[in-house]
Amino acid sequence: MNPITFSFNIIQDLKLMLGYGFMLHAFEAGTIVAIIAGIVGYFVVLRRSSFAAHALSHIGFAGAAGAVLMGVNPIFGLLVFTSSGGIIMALLERKAASRDVEIGTVLAFMLGLGVLFISLYSGYATEAYSLLFGEILGISSANVTITLVAGLVILLAVSLIYHPLLFSSLDEDVAEAKGLSMIWIGILFMLLVAVATSIAVQVVGVLLIFALMVTPAAIAMRLSKKPFRGMMISVAIALLVTWFGLFVSFYEPYPVSFFIASAVFLLYLLTRGLQKITNFSLTERK
Amino acid sequence: MNKTSEGMITAKSLAASYDGKIIWQDANFSIGRGEFVAVLGPNGAGKTTLFRLLLGLKRPSAGELSILDEPPKRGNPRVGYVPQKHLIDNEMSVEAIELVKLGISGGEWGFVIPCRGECEKARMMMRDVGAEHLSERSLGSLSGGELQRVFLAEALVSDPDLLLLDEPLASLDIRRQGELVQLIRNVTKSRNITALLIAHDINPLLPVLDRIVYVANGKVAIGKPEEILNSHFLTSLYETPVEVLKNSQGRIAVLGVEEIGHIHTHEHQL
Repeated sequence: MNPITFSFNIIQDLKLMLGYGFMLHAFEAGTIVAIIAGIVGYFVVLRRSSFAAHALSHIGFAGAAGAVLMGVNPIFGLLVFTSSGGIIMALLERKAASRDVEIGTVLAFMLGLGVLFISLYSGYATEAYSLLFGEILGISSANVTITLVAGLVILLAVSLIYHPLLFSSLDEDVAEAKGLSMIWIGILFMLLVAVATSIAVQVVGVLLIFALMVTPAAIAMRLSKKPFRGMMISVAIALLVTWFGLFVSFYEPYPVSFFIASAVFLLYLLTRGLQKITNFSLTERK
Repeated sequence: MNKTSEGMITAKSLAASYDGKIIWQDANFSIGRGEFVAVLGPNGAGKTTLFRLLLGLKRPSAGELSILDEPPKRGNPRVGYVPQKHLIDNEMSVEAIELVKLGISGGEWGFVIPCRGECEKARMMMRDVGAEHLSERSLGSLSGGELQRVFLAEALVSDPDLLLLDEPLASLDIRRQGELVQLIRNVTKSRNITALLIAHDINPLLPVLDRIVYVANGKVAIGKPEEILNSHFLTSLYETPVEVLKNSQGRIAVLGVEEIGHIHTHEHQL
C-alpha cells in the first residue's frame, strides 16, 4: 500500500481508504470493539478487575490456539475459553477485589493448555503472532458479523444490569444487603469481560488488551465523577484511538495495535500531566 | 405505620450457627419501633451474625426471628444497612451522591438515565444527614466520618423501618463519634426508625441509648444499660468474674471480658 499517500484531504482519503474491503471491515469491527471495550472497560477499572481482563485475554489465546488446531474459526475458541474461564473465576471467589489468586490459578492452567495446542500445531508462528498482537486489517466479513452480534449482546446485557452492576462495583457489602446476588453479578460481569476481550483481541491482540479495556476508562475516570458520563468519555477515547490507529496504519507499514497503544498511552500521560499542572484531580482532595 | 408499640424485631428461642458450630442460642427478645439499641459483646461473639440473620443473608439454625411479623428476607426494603468496612479506596472517583441514588435504584433492572424521583430524594437525604456539601465529591476523597454519613444516607434513602449499623464508630475520633451518634439518633427519631448499632465502646452511645443487646458466651441478653452493664449481670452471663467500673463522669469500662473474648475469636472467626 505504499504508493498511496496522505493527501491532507481527509474526506478524500477516507473515501479511498474505505474503498478497500479490508479497511472497511477493519473500521467496522474496530468501531464496535471500541464502543464495547470503552463500556466494559469502565466497569473493569471501577471494580479493580484489570487483572481479570488481562487473564481472560490470555486464556482466550489458549482457546484460539485450540480452535486453530481443530480447524475452527479462532473467535469461537476465544469465546468458549474466556467465558468458561470467567465463570470458573467468579465461582471460585465471590468478592471481585480478592479474586487475584483464583484468577492466577485458572490463568496458569489454561495457558498450559495453550502451550500444548501450539506445540501440536505445526504452522503456528503467524497465527500465534496475530493472536498476540491483533490482526484487524485481516478481519473477515464473517468475523465482523460475529463481532457485531457479540457487541449487541453486551450492550443489551449492560443496559439490563447497569444499576446492580454499578452498585456492586461501589460497595459489594451494601449491594448484597440490598438483596443483590454477588455470585450472579460476578458471573455476569466476568462473562461481559470474557466476550468483550474475545472481540477486542481481534483488534489489539492478547498482549495489548489493556490499550482498549483499561486505559480509556482510566482516563475517563480522571475526567468525570458521573458513571454514565465517564462511560461515554471512555467510549469516545477508545473510538478516537482506534480510528486514529487504523487511519495511520493505512499509510505506514507498522502494526495498528502499536498506534492504538501509543496514542492512548499519550492521552493518558497528557491527562495526568495537565491535571498535575492545573492541580485538578477528582480524588486528591482529602 | 402508627402502630408505635408493635414489635419491630421478635426473636423466639433463636439460635445461630456457623459451619455446624453453635455461635449463640436460646435468644428471646423483642425490640420495639423507634428504639435505639446498642449491640455489644466481644469480638467473634456473633454480633455481625445477628445482623446477617436480620438481613436475610443467613438462616437461623433454630427458633424464630421476625421483622414486623414477617421472616427476614434478602433485599427487604424495610431494612437499611451500614456496613462495618467500606470497600471504597481513595482511587474511587465516582461522586458520593451516586451511591445514595443507588440506594433507591441499585436493585432495578434496565437502563434509565434521566433522573426520576431518586435524584431529588438522594439530595434531600444527603441534606438530612448533614452531607449536602459532599454530594459532588468523589467517594475516594472522603474521610472515614464523611463516608459514614454518605453510607447512612444510602441506607436511609429507601425509607426503612429498621436501620442496622455495623460498628459505625470504629476509626472515628471521640468528637466525631459523638457527632455521628447524635446524627443517627436525630434521623432515626424523626423518622421513628428502630436503630441497632454494633459498638465496641459503649460510652459515646450512653446518652442516647434505650437498650442494650449483649452477645457473649453463646448467649444473647437484652436490657436497659443499667441492667446489663453491671458486674453482677455480666459475671453471670460470662460465668466468670467480670467487673464493670464507672468513673466520675459516668464513663464505663468492662474489665475481664476481652480475655474471654479472645478465646471466642479463635473459636469462630466470622
